[in-house]
Amino acid sequence: MDLTRLTAFQLRDLISSGKITAKETTKAYLDKITVTDKNINAYVFIDPEKTLKKATELDKKGNLNLKLAGLPIAIKDNICVKDEPTTCSSNILSGFKPPYDATVIELLEKNGAILLGKTNMDEFAFGSSCETSCYGVTKNPYDATRVPGGSSGGSAAAVGSEEALWALGSDTGGSIRQPASLCNVVGLKPTYGRVSRYGLIAFASSLDQIGPLTRDVKDAALLLEVLSGFDPKDSTSSEETVPEFSKKLTHEIKGIKIGVPEEYFSEGIDSKIKERIEFILGQLKKEGAKVERMNLPHTEYAISCYYIIAPSEASSNLARYDGVQYGLRVADNQLLKNVKNPMIRMYLATRSAGFGAEAKRRMLLGTYSLSSGYYEAYYLRAAKVRTLIKNDFQEAFKKYDCIISPTTPAAAFRIGEKTDPLQMYLSDIFTIPANLAGIPAISVSAGTTQNNLPIGIQIMADFFQEQKMLNTAYLIEKLQK
Amino acid sequence: MNKFEPVIGLEIHIHLSTESKIFCSCSTKFGNSPNSLTCPICLGLPGVLPVLNKKAFHYAIKSSLALNCQVSESITFDRKNYYYPDLPKNYQISQYGTPVGRNGFLKIKNRSSNPVKINRVHMEEDAGKLIHDQNGKISFVDLNRTGIPLIEIVTEPDIYSPDEAYDFLQELKITILYLEIADCNMEEGSLRCDANISLRKAGDKKLGTKIELKNMNTFKGIRQALEYEIQRQTILLEEGEKVTHQTRLWDPLKQKTTSMRSKEDIHDYRYFPDPDLLTYEISNKMRNKFKDELPELPMAKRERFKKDYFLSEYDADLLVRDKFIASYFEETLKFHINPKAVCNFLTSDMVGVAHEKKIKLSNIKLTPKNCGKILNLVKEGLISIKTAKELLFDLLNYDIDPEKYIEEKNLKQMNETSEIKNVIETACKENSQAVTDYKNGKNSALKFLVGQVMRLTKGTANPAMVNKLLNEKLNKEEGK
Repeated sequence: MDLTRLTAFQLRDLISSGKITAKETTKAYLDKITVTDKNINAYVFIDPEKTLKKATELDKKGNLNLKLAGLPIAIKDNICVKDEPTTCSSNILSGFKPPYDATVIELLEKNGAILLGKTNMDEFAFGSSCETSCYGVTKNPYDATRVPGGSSGGSAAAVGSEEALWALGSDTGGSIRQPASLCNVVGLKPTYGRVSRYGLIAFASSLDQIGPLTRDVKDAALLLEVLSGFDPKDSTSSEETVPEFSKKLTHEIKGIKIGVPEEYFSEGIDSKIKERIEFILGQLKKEGAKVERMNLPHTEYAISCYYIIAPSEASSNLARYDGVQYGLRVADNQLLKNVKNPMIRMYLATRSAGFGAEAKRRMLLGTYSLSSGYYEAYYLRAAKVRTLIKNDFQEAFKKYDCIISPTTPAAAFRIGEKTDPLQMYLSDIFTIPANLAGIPAISVSAGTTQNNLPIGIQIMADFFQEQKMLNTAYLIEKLQK
Repeated sequence: MNKFEPVIGLEIHIHLSTESKIFCSCSTKFGNSPNSLTCPICLGLPGVLPVLNKKAFHYAIKSSLALNCQVSESITFDRKNYYYPDLPKNYQISQYGTPVGRNGFLKIKNRSSNPVKINRVHMEEDAGKLIHDQNGKISFVDLNRTGIPLIEIVTEPDIYSPDEAYDFLQELKITILYLEIADCNMEEGSLRCDANISLRKAGDKKLGTKIELKNMNTFKGIRQALEYEIQRQTILLEEGEKVTHQTRLWDPLKQKTTSMRSKEDIHDYRYFPDPDLLTYEISNKMRNKFKDELPELPMAKRERFKKDYFLSEYDADLLVRDKFIASYFEETLKFHINPKAVCNFLTSDMVGVAHEKKIKLSNIKLTPKNCGKILNLVKEGLISIKTAKELLFDLLNYDIDPEKYIEEKNLKQMNETSEIKNVIETACKENSQAVTDYKNGKNSALKFLVGQVMRLTKGTANPAMVNKLLNEKLNKEEGK
């Protein structure tokens, strides 16, 4: 039996009934990583010895009835794991080991999960391809000449290539859903506030959410219910009760209303993707769903709005990487001869050397948007547009249970293909609105393109209505089998 | 005649005396070893998030109410972005758009009908400290202070002399101390003040060019720095030169200000709402609750003391300056009738003794009832005022009935003529030389003999009677 081909539920049954051990499971994944990650480059850090030791301890002394007992999981490199390298795939955090665990890591360990390693990402989650990582690009498991998407590309590729059972990612503008779509896995961004952000290294605090990347919808539901819940350490986390999503999961969706926003089917979208989505909508109709064309009128402003708000927050969030306390410190460089103050020279030299081009671009964008004289025209205007986008969804969810769209306008592109940042930014055109609105969204497989590249379909729901979204996704998944 | 009029505004930062920091649970204690009172949150490590200390929030509301501010219905926090190694996130969580309090005022001495206008009261986190190596090559960062909750109080440019600035700061400090939300200790940096000052032609409406003054470590220093600036700017203006907008540092040793940075270097702080924190509501109910809980504030208390107890402005001020003394005063008055006597006994004697014994006033054990009894004993002539002071010294730290105490220790005043005469006899016998000296015209010998009588009676003899009787005795003998 190849353990790396099973879902979390299948593995859990085997482990809790004693048919296999946590150690065997973990070993199977570590072996798989050894064999295939040379080609994929999904992981940036693993410690097989320590990982196996943890699994062995769990077999000996642990409670094998815990929700995630013995199930190995990969963690995106922007989630803090105590005393383990956590670098956001950036040189500026080289050598940084947080002295504390993110709340989601505590929850995983409390539930018996085994941490497999840290996965590659775009530097500080700035990107949609994993190409901005200081560790080099991750390859798409379906075509090694193509990107896995991003920024959680390492996590998506690890799950897609069966180097991980499942993984944690983070989603600021589509960073879970877009790579999930490109790597043929399930990716879920929870409602903003559903999962604690404590220990997630911030990109844009008002948009960031941690979420699962999994083999199937049921696993996503299970992982979500473990990760969710109020955290006193995160002021923006919600006290909303957490249902047992995986237990309540059903294929029965008769009578639910699905909105299909016209704005998400505009020109520039791959015709095969359009065709696949239409096909699935047809299937859902047959299952008893009411499918209606509708409008989210402010959709066209989402990308511009996002590229003001997210970089603005990022410019402030990333200010702390200055070489003073942790991470990279470069005392000086040749170009700074004319800077008198040695402290300023250290700041400039450290940040020049530590950040890649895209990180610098975003921080400059954000700094500009927040500057005196521009703030009103940029940040404040964007904040108002954000409210309009949110209102679009609030209106829509008075009428519809779910809103369905493609996850991305195109399948995985070639490594190095998108040299214009604006072209790259458009990869997230369908995923960004959910972040701006704070609503939950999931991407599940919708089949493949002509050249056999995975396609994703996105289901969005109202605040804290993850169950509705999961149920719809669960049915779509079944219909594609 | 002054050609120019100074216009002054103050910015005061006050540490709130909460147990823990504003956004984490680290202690706010002063004087611990560097970086010992820190955690990932106040160190600003990657991934951490702030959680608001509710007590700090409540203290800020109380201070806003005490300063007669309009309290916002809801508040948010903003990030103030600037780079400095004592600021580990390179942004300070502060309040920009929605401060806790706005448009307040504070009455000060001589301006009760024209109180000083307060622009705003807002909350923010403090930064750490840089410690520079002696050779100036290395700097160290101590982040213990990082995250200590502050309120910043900003006045309008509504102060018109260094003395008024001084009076304002005194009144503000006492007012805040009355709320029991801060220590206001300038030496420990728990109260810091910057000043803005500009000069304009007397009678002009338009403000002159503003100079920001920093690095004043005492209220006196603030007054001196302002006085210096008025002189400096007056000379410039009289010579027809322009004052240029800049920040200047006060040097208390040289007693002068020097330029620190000019306008070109002024930061763009790129304020924006902190997405890690929520909007915090201040309901009417909450506002009213805190308003009801406000103590009687110093200005009102001073007026009441003057009116109700016929005290002078000076006495009322002495009593009110310390909230504990003020309430002790009123408690003591329940047991002793004379306000002026209580006032003197507390403000000169008790404060002095407590200082000598290094006891914090609020820690003394002598009850107002027993304090009143001591004064009653004096009034009834049972003890001398000198004995009363000795009682204060002995009993300050105990809850002991002074009536019983003087019985036990034989401290009752000796008022019996015959008794005193006996002691005088003894004293004169023991000191016959002094008696002779007196008779030979050396008047100081009388004082010496009085002292001997007091010594023999352990100070209990009624000094007026001793004087009188000794005089009689010596002069009678002479007349013989």
